[in-house]
Amino acid sequence: MIEVIDLYKSFHGCEVLRGVNLKVEEGQILALIGGSGKGKSVLLRHIIGLVKPDRGKILIDNQDVSKLRGRMLKRLKERLGIVFQGGALFDSMTVFENIAFPLREKTRMKSLQIRDTVFRELARVGLSGAENKYPSQISGGMKKRVALARCLVMNPEIVLFDEPTTGLDPLIGKAIHKLIRECQKSFNFTAIIVTHEIPAIFSMVDRVAMLYDGKILAAGTPEEIKMSKDPVIHQFICGELEGPIGIN
Amino acid sequence: MYWTLVPFKVIGSFVHKFIRELGRMGCFLAESFFWMFFPPYLLQRIIKQVNFIGVKTTPVIVLTGLFTGMVLALQTYYALAKFGAESSLGPVVSLSLIRELGPVISALMVTGCAGSAVTAEIGIMRISEQIDALDAMALNPYKYLIIPNLKAGILSLPLLNAIFVVVGIFGGYAVGSGLMGISSGTYFGGIQDFVNIRDILEGIYKSLSFGILITWISCYKGYYTGYGAEGVSKATTQAVVLSSVVILIWDYFMTSILVS
Repeated sequence: MIEVIDLYKSFHGCEVLRGVNLKVEEGQILALIGGSGKGKSVLLRHIIGLVKPDRGKILIDNQDVSKLRGRMLKRLKERLGIVFQGGALFDSMTVFENIAFPLREKTRMKSLQIRDTVFRELARVGLSGAENKYPSQISGGMKKRVALARCLVMNPEIVLFDEPTTGLDPLIGKAIHKLIRECQKSFNFTAIIVTHEIPAIFSMVDRVAMLYDGKILAAGTPEEIKMSKDPVIHQFICGELEGPIGIN
Repeated sequence: MYWTLVPFKVIGSFVHKFIRELGRMGCFLAESFFWMFFPPYLLQRIIKQVNFIGVKTTPVIVLTGLFTGMVLALQTYYALAKFGAESSLGPVVSLSLIRELGPVISALMVTGCAGSAVTAEIGIMRISEQIDALDAMALNPYKYLIIPNLKAGILSLPLLNAIFVVVGIFGGYAVGSGLMGISSGTYFGGIQDFVNIRDILEGIYKSLSFGILITWISCYKGYYTGYGAEGVSKATTQAVVLSSVVILIWDYFMTSILVS
């Protein structure tokens, strides 16, 4: 279980998170929605331990990520996976090497075993045959699928997705959503998806949380969020220009 | 605030920024050295970086070494001729190259060729979240990015310096014997008589320290690069300028210590 308690974070005097409280139960998929540049990715980075909070706690199975150091933090990170917005693939490595990289560095698997695992993952994400290509030779959608494969190859218990479908056409976006759902069913990982794909995301997640003004404004099932009377939530999910949310 | 205090504020903030940057650079180097002694040692990555920093810079080193030796011989010959000491051409050229010009010029060439590329590579990895990806995989970015470069710099610079010096000595010989008519016996005999192991060690110590300086500054600037393409381009320029300036300043202090 992931629990974020009263999380604060500022960058150069600009307060991005102002007391975030959020809970994600084991095996759940939560969609984190909110305006661009409002701190959703920052929140993910806190959860995976890439950023330290100014105040507050991030508990993963009752272990505070922000307090962990050295080997303990390493052990915790090994249970987590993240799919970055741009994929963050190593551009000097081929698709095969990218997926094989964590296996080579973190496990004692033999070359043949690694090869089989990578090909299996590539088949799962529908990229068989692309193993010798470099990240610069593949499309945005393919990059995201390779990033997903690289993340899932280590069987993480928690996976964080930072806008996995941004910049992709609707069909590829839908395919990636389906892929995430299928993978979640087979691996039963807990997931947080930062997304702007509204309302498409509502059909594939268990819960939705909206980040607004540095706090979680509302969290609930997709139905509850859709039915919310809050003018901010209503404006955001309906994409209306008029309302309490300023465009700037 | 009173306007009379403004200069103090400006100077204070500059000094504060400078000291903070220096401290961060120091911590960066200390952390790199700390992790250097823990596995994994990533031999393949070190070899790759030796190839990049060392082998690929060799043609430039050969070319600059040759012409440095040649111009040094040409300039020195006319100066020595005024005192009738043409036979000292070999020792003068070789000592200048071994103790000073070899380590410094080869380091400046490596800074321009490889240092800038190291900064750009690490900087791009930073802005495209590749370093964060390493960190998120519970892999230490220092071990994968910084230490192989540092080790490659320590290994490559003395070797490049040796190549520079040898080629430079032969360049000087080509000018001395081909244009000025100095015999090979006089040229190389003088070198044998006047160059001793201390001179060679001085050059090696210098190039070793330059290897650390170049890779430290280049990696640091890349690791803490600014945002976007502009951030990377600024970091690359800063790495080259800072490395070049620090090489010359450090050279002075090294020389004053080693000479005394």
